[in-house]
Amino acid sequence: MNYEPVIGLEVHAQLATHTKIFCGCSPTFGAEPNTHVCPVCLGLPGALPVLNENVVEMAMYMAIAVGCKIQPRSRFLRKNYFYPDLPKGYQISQFQSNEEMPLATGGGVEVPTADGGIKTINLTRIHMEEDAGKSIHEEGFVSSSESLVDVNRCGVPLIEIVSEPDISTSEEAFHFLTRLHQMLVYTGVSEGDMEKGHMRIDANISIRPVGATELGTKVEVKNVNSFRNCQRAIDTEIDRQIALLETGGTIQQATMLYDPDRNQLRAMRTKEDSDDYRYFPDPDLVPVVVDDAWINRVREQVPELPEAKRARFSQDFDISPDQIEVITASRQVADYFEAIVTAGANAKPAANWLQGDVMRVLNERKIAITQLKITPQSLAELLDLIDKGTISGSVARKVFDEMVGTGEAPQTIVDKQGLGQISDTTELDGLVDQIIADNPSEAERYQGGDKKLVGFFMGQIMKATKGQANPQMVNQILREKLG
Amino acid sequence: MGDGVVGDSIFPAQTAKQISKKVQSGECSALQLTDIVLNHIRTTDETINAYITVDEDGARQQAQAIDQKIASGQKIGALAGIPMGIKDVLCTKGLLTTCASKILSNFIPPYDATIISRLRQADAVILGKLNMDEFAMGSSNENSHYGTVKNPHDHTRVAGGSSGGAAASVAAEEAFMALGSDTGGSIRQPASFCGTVGLKPTYGRVSRYGLIAYASSLDQAGPITRTVEDAALLLGVIAGHDPSDSTSANIPVPDYTANLDKGVDGLTIGLPKEYFAEGLQDDVRRAVMTGVETLEKNGAIIKEVSIPTAGHAAYAIAAYYIIATAEASSNLSRFDGVRYGFRAEATTLTDMYIQSRSQGFGAEVKRRIMLGTYALSAGYYDAYYRKAQQVRTLIKQDFDNAFSSCDLLASPVSPTPAFKIGEKTADPLQMYLSDIYTVSVNLAGIPGISVPCGKSSEGLPIGLQLLGNTFSEHTLLQAAYVIEREQTS
Repeated sequence: MNYEPVIGLEVHAQLATHTKIFCGCSPTFGAEPNTHVCPVCLGLPGALPVLNENVVEMAMYMAIAVGCKIQPRSRFLRKNYFYPDLPKGYQISQFQSNEEMPLATGGGVEVPTADGGIKTINLTRIHMEEDAGKSIHEEGFVSSSESLVDVNRCGVPLIEIVSEPDISTSEEAFHFLTRLHQMLVYTGVSEGDMEKGHMRIDANISIRPVGATELGTKVEVKNVNSFRNCQRAIDTEIDRQIALLETGGTIQQATMLYDPDRNQLRAMRTKEDSDDYRYFPDPDLVPVVVDDAWINRVREQVPELPEAKRARFSQDFDISPDQIEVITASRQVADYFEAIVTAGANAKPAANWLQGDVMRVLNERKIAITQLKITPQSLAELLDLIDKGTISGSVARKVFDEMVGTGEAPQTIVDKQGLGQISDTTELDGLVDQIIADNPSEAERYQGGDKKLVGFFMGQIMKATKGQANPQMVNQILREKLG
Repeated sequence: MGDGVVGDSIFPAQTAKQISKKVQSGECSALQLTDIVLNHIRTTDETINAYITVDEDGARQQAQAIDQKIASGQKIGALAGIPMGIKDVLCTKGLLTTCASKILSNFIPPYDATIISRLRQADAVILGKLNMDEFAMGSSNENSHYGTVKNPHDHTRVAGGSSGGAAASVAAEEAFMALGSDTGGSIRQPASFCGTVGLKPTYGRVSRYGLIAYASSLDQAGPITRTVEDAALLLGVIAGHDPSDSTSANIPVPDYTANLDKGVDGLTIGLPKEYFAEGLQDDVRRAVMTGVETLEKNGAIIKEVSIPTAGHAAYAIAAYYIIATAEASSNLSRFDGVRYGFRAEATTLTDMYIQSRSQGFGAEVKRRIMLGTYALSAGYYDAYYRKAQQVRTLIKQDFDNAFSSCDLLASPVSPTPAFKIGEKTADPLQMYLSDIYTVSVNLAGIPGISVPCGKSSEGLPIGLQLLGNTFSEHTLLQAAYVIEREQTS
């Protein structure tokens, strides 16, 4: 039988605020354990949460970016469960039901499909919540009889983006996540640093016979920390479910953890022991009220989003779709590209250099384009030097490598190292005459019809000028003089 | 009267306001005064058991600092040198804060509650932490890990609860004033039982930051004092907006001590007929009606009103015990033995939770956690918690209606005066029902004050409750002042 997967994703994204969601502590990753804490995020008796307005605003940026409806009034609820890294015994979150609305509902994200089309993955909601802390069990410094808790992460602001079960393949899931990541970073809502856990994904996966309308029993794979791992986890779970059904088994509703090292799923809990979270409105917080003026103010500040940018680039610049994809993947790279063009360079060579040498350097040095010492203006200047014939393409690469290290202007490097091309006709004439005179037999063979020997002469001239002779001009002069 | 210390004053002045004036004028030092009270606590509190912690060193240091301030001519706060006690539900930096529970028997907060900071800024002397029902759950102060508080007027009787220690300390002159907290009557009822003044402010009037939560949407800290004027003085210090409490109201604080003698001439005061119905003891009815007559004599217009939902036990008590326990079940989740407080020995995480909480909480707290957990559980939420919230809305409407034709309402605080220790412990429901005149006030978020209005035939104090619309504390104080004047004249 043929099966069709039905997949919904829940994406937790850490917001790039300066303070936590309900207190003034820093949400910075990597601090000494249990140092970024106060009575509020420690859940000490008597301490009370106060909502960080910036969290609401950042969530609104993302909500507007993906076309959600922002609810004029929403509340925070308590999700009650016991866990050592949850100091209050409940997580402050939002909820969607007949009575309760989260900050934003609806919206969608467009993803490319396998057949080259475009498909919209609809969103259920975006809600705000606090992160829990971290329990540390099986590390070298933790004995088997103990667990350690780091509460620095408690109260770090998150948005949870919940999709409808509109995703049909792991590939679509991957594209969905990539697009979300781009938008989160574009809007400045999240730093999107996967290694710091800025995006964590839960995937709800079920399968059903192709053509069936009823949904199969779903399995939730929790806390996946990379897009590729998510794709692999989905594939693994789909395979497991198909194999199970094919051998006459039934799928149990369950929550699983994905082990990327072994590409294996491990059951965390089954339906029977699932928690009753006893959600109820948090009486310590007042409702979140968002008026149209606030929404409009945020809407005006949302930057151009990847989709719109791609459309504009393909309209305005003569560069390939592949290049557009690479350049618009990051807002900073796209901005950099536009700055090169604004500085006077042609789009095509600018795109080529960006996609080629610039990206190579960024990858090699593991730096962001904003950390690159070469300004878009200097890169435009470099392209101009090539254009004008001051330097050749190969010399330009040397100059570029120099610029990466020093950040100096290309003209300065060319001048300092005497790398300018020889384009002086009189000087080149003399050089060509000299080379022909030094190689009479090759000149004779050329004139006898061995036209390939023009390369030999070119090589000799380049050798004599250490590569600085203008190749086009030498070529022309050679052909004229050799007849 | 019983064999308490009441009536046999050890002080040259009776009220906090008067004593503070003496300190400020140099007539007596804050340290002398503090030492007198500390000495008195040493002899008296063995019987009364109002204090869980007496901070002798801390209190004397505070007093000395205040004396120095006065000597050097610095500006001095509104509570200058007043020795006072704090219900052990409020966090005090560096000073044990137990909530009268074994589970917090070793908890020393690293921070002060906002209103404790305000007391310190006003130059009060904090003597120590006062006994209470565990986590403020109770009406008799019999649910304390640190033992029952005895009523200073009769040591065989309860002091009331949950702020039993606060009311008893003030009545027994173990403190000039005290801070209590009121979730369903926990300031007003013990104030009434002990013959003191107790004021439960409007929800949001006083910051809850650092007040260990029982039921977050109902809790409110407030003064328990000897006089109405002292209540006005203390409320003026603790009231006001706090950015650390999202539910605190950003409304200016009037000078509550100004115009206290404005009187009640022309005010319409309603008597909710449901609060004078069956179950009200005759002594209490008589004393309360005497108080009402005083108000009338002073120019108030008295009329009967009806608050059918707020005044009906089947609605008000039920809604209160569902909402309060639901919130409590969540608020008390943090006491799990992981980070602070009592932790039982156990071999697994689940066992540690179960043992720490089973051994750390008392019976009444566990009863309420279970009730609240049940009310919020899947499948029961609609029938209990949601329904209770709907009743709460109706109760608010009842009071809105009443205040559309009345300035204030007057009623008893409790159906009886202080009852015997042990009398109701076997029957929790009977205990809950004694909160009938007080719980609706918290559900509606309005302010209420208890002021002494007479004595029972056995000589036990009886309080009269005045209720007002939100943020009408000044009117409540003015009316209470009229009754107090009549009592003392």
